[in-house]
Amino acid sequence: MTASSSGATGKIAWFFVAILGAIALGYIALNRGETINAMWILTAAVCVYLIGYRYYSLYIADKVLKADGTRMTPAFRHNDGLDYVPTNKVILFGHHFAAIAGAGPLVGPVLAAQLGYLPGMLWLLAGVILAGAVQDYIVLFVSTRRDARSLGELIKMEMGTVPGIIALIACFMIMIIILAVLAMVVVKALTHSPWGTFTVAFTIPLAIFMGIYLRFIRPGRILEISLVGFVGLIAGIMLGGQVAASPTWAPYFDLSGVALTWSLIAYGFIAAVLPVWLLLAPRDYLSTFLKIGAIVGLAIGIVLLMPDMKMPAMTKYAFGDHGPVWTGSLFPFLFITIACGAVSGFHALISSGTTPKMLANEKEARLIGYGGMLMESFVGMMALISASIIDPGVYFAMNSPLAALNPSGLADVAAAASATVSNWGFVVTPDVLTNIAADVGEKSIVSRAGGAPTLAVGMAQIIHGALGGLGSMSFWYHFAILFEALFILTSVDAGTRAARFMLQDLLGLINPTLKRTDSLFANLLATALVVMAWGYFLYVGVVDPLGGINTLWPLFGITNQMLAGIALMLCTVVLFKKKEQMYAWVTIVPSTWLVICTMSAGWYKAFSSDPAIGFFAKANQLSSLLASGNFKPNAVFKSQEAVERVIFNNQIDGFLIVFFMIVVVVMIFFTVQAALRHLNPIKIRRLKFLMHLCLPTRKIFYAAQCIKQAHNSRGLLPS
Amino acid sequence: MFENLAKAGKYLGQAARLMVGVPDYDTYVQHMRVTHPEQTPMTYEEFYKERVEARYGGKNGTTRCC
Repeated sequence: MTASSSGATGKIAWFFVAILGAIALGYIALNRGETINAMWILTAAVCVYLIGYRYYSLYIADKVLKADGTRMTPAFRHNDGLDYVPTNKVILFGHHFAAIAGAGPLVGPVLAAQLGYLPGMLWLLAGVILAGAVQDYIVLFVSTRRDARSLGELIKMEMGTVPGIIALIACFMIMIIILAVLAMVVVKALTHSPWGTFTVAFTIPLAIFMGIYLRFIRPGRILEISLVGFVGLIAGIMLGGQVAASPTWAPYFDLSGVALTWSLIAYGFIAAVLPVWLLLAPRDYLSTFLKIGAIVGLAIGIVLLMPDMKMPAMTKYAFGDHGPVWTGSLFPFLFITIACGAVSGFHALISSGTTPKMLANEKEARLIGYGGMLMESFVGMMALISASIIDPGVYFAMNSPLAALNPSGLADVAAAASATVSNWGFVVTPDVLTNIAADVGEKSIVSRAGGAPTLAVGMAQIIHGALGGLGSMSFWYHFAILFEALFILTSVDAGTRAARFMLQDLLGLINPTLKRTDSLFANLLATALVVMAWGYFLYVGVVDPLGGINTLWPLFGITNQMLAGIALMLCTVVLFKKKEQMYAWVTIVPSTWLVICTMSAGWYKAFSSDPAIGFFAKANQLSSLLASGNFKPNAVFKSQEAVERVIFNNQIDGFLIVFFMIVVVVMIFFTVQAALRHLNPIKIRRLKFLMHLCLPTRKIFYAAQCIKQAHNSRGLLPS
Repeated sequence: MFENLAKAGKYLGQAARLMVGVPDYDTYVQHMRVTHPEQTPMTYEEFYKERVEARYGGKNGTTRCC
């Protein structure tokens, strides 16, 4: 950042950034009710990010954390050329961003667009500046200062063994929910889509070919084979169009949601026990490069095309009406629907994982931690724009559950959906729905919930338009679907493995032989348990006639934000320990906000008397329906078993939420306890007294340490 | 000009490899030469295999987000 110089030119440049941001925000504010261009949103966002980075993150670095550029980082201390390597900050930024950016920031903002673009946009901006980026940055910093320890170890170290174990169990359960909800996004996108299913299935032999090439033909030549793989992907998309058009081949790839669910569960199990080099690693390369490419392409596309926002700034669902995409009011549900992109607890696991092992200088943590999260928020903003440039009627027809769009089970789904959505106030004709379906090469786009298809329609419009009509809409739509499905599948595979190791660690407490990762039996058992766990949530979500996204996404959002709250509590304890408690508001404010949002959202989801929101209320409502004997099979519930299943699932979800709420309360208790311990003045006085007593010994000890460190650093630093 | 381009290309390649968990091989060899001159560094192929196992083998925990 050249402008971080204290020179006059720098100050003038920042003044203009501030003015530009204010103009863009003002334009958005003053033109409510009229369509505005997406460029205003993008400009306002970029200005806010720049100012937040330049001023707030610098304040955190200088005043709160007192980052010290002369302090040795773990990358130097433990330099082994492999895990611990001092790395150029720009290269490390790329690594960190690739690790944090996944499907989350693409899906959440699309779902939140039901309130209109404004609430989502404001939360993305405020959330990232004050909470998300702060969390990522401070956790990265704390982990760097503590030998690159992981989040679980840090909590154990700073708050005690019990909170450490609780945090580990919570992380494991969050992982399971994330895997289920991500897999469900894929199922919803591929249901009865032979084109999409074929292209995604095609990546499996493609990745295996790449894996064999990387292992035996030209070992380790990642970039050349990734290029070959990319060409293969494009060929796969084109071939998919042929397959979907062929009456002989299409039926093999035209799968129902349940069939896709079972395929995904079987696939998840097989992929997670295969050797990593065969399938996981090569597909990871493809999906990572495709992800970065698609994000850059989308950004360029928006700037070139400059599309208008068709979604209103705020819809009626922002003012208390129950929206069809997800139910609940703006507060607190907006703040858990957009998790990744604003603040995501899962990043705390990444920021305390591989990145601190490669940080060359702790002053660079600001660019990587804070800057990396700003970048993810930018991705979330582009997803919000992509969902808002398509017609609102189309948006609601795509994202609402079929039970709401077509309650009487009419044969002409498009007509039923357009009538329902127009009735909600978002006028759309059946022709528009069928035309878009034909454009993108699908039989129907009605009720393709889960965010991915909506984003794909938006992305296809942007890229197709920006390239002046190069390629067909259907090609770009399936390109976007493939890009999302590919990295979700990689996450499912890698996540199943990671969860398996976590589970084996936990099972090791019961029986030590289960902990051995080289034992085939323990490996298969733990993998099967993990796959069954997320497979269960996936299956019930897919068969839920009320739309599984409506149930699973809030569960995911609440748990992810709770983890963020816990990570920020850890940061608070560390600030108290550093005697920087007067600056601890930097973490206390976002942590408190997240606790308020997640606890009230959790309370509503568990105990609201409204069956559209509360899990237990829904279960009770259906139970009394069955008990009264008035139940007749209808378009929504086809049998009594379906009702019983929904009752059972709602109870499970309710208990899960209550469990997570208890976890948060327990963690608050341990946080306050640890912070007070560091505040206790008597103890400090006693400590100071003891330190005076030991002063001579301390001096000798320090001198010895300094000599040792000087020796070490001479040996460790490459000259 | 061409030197700068070559440098930029090298950085891009390093960045792309590190994104998928493979750090710079030359840096590793340099490190081995300076600090462990008595050991033979792994060949690039061995180095690559070791890194793939390390990234996905579970020791590093989670390597990606949602």
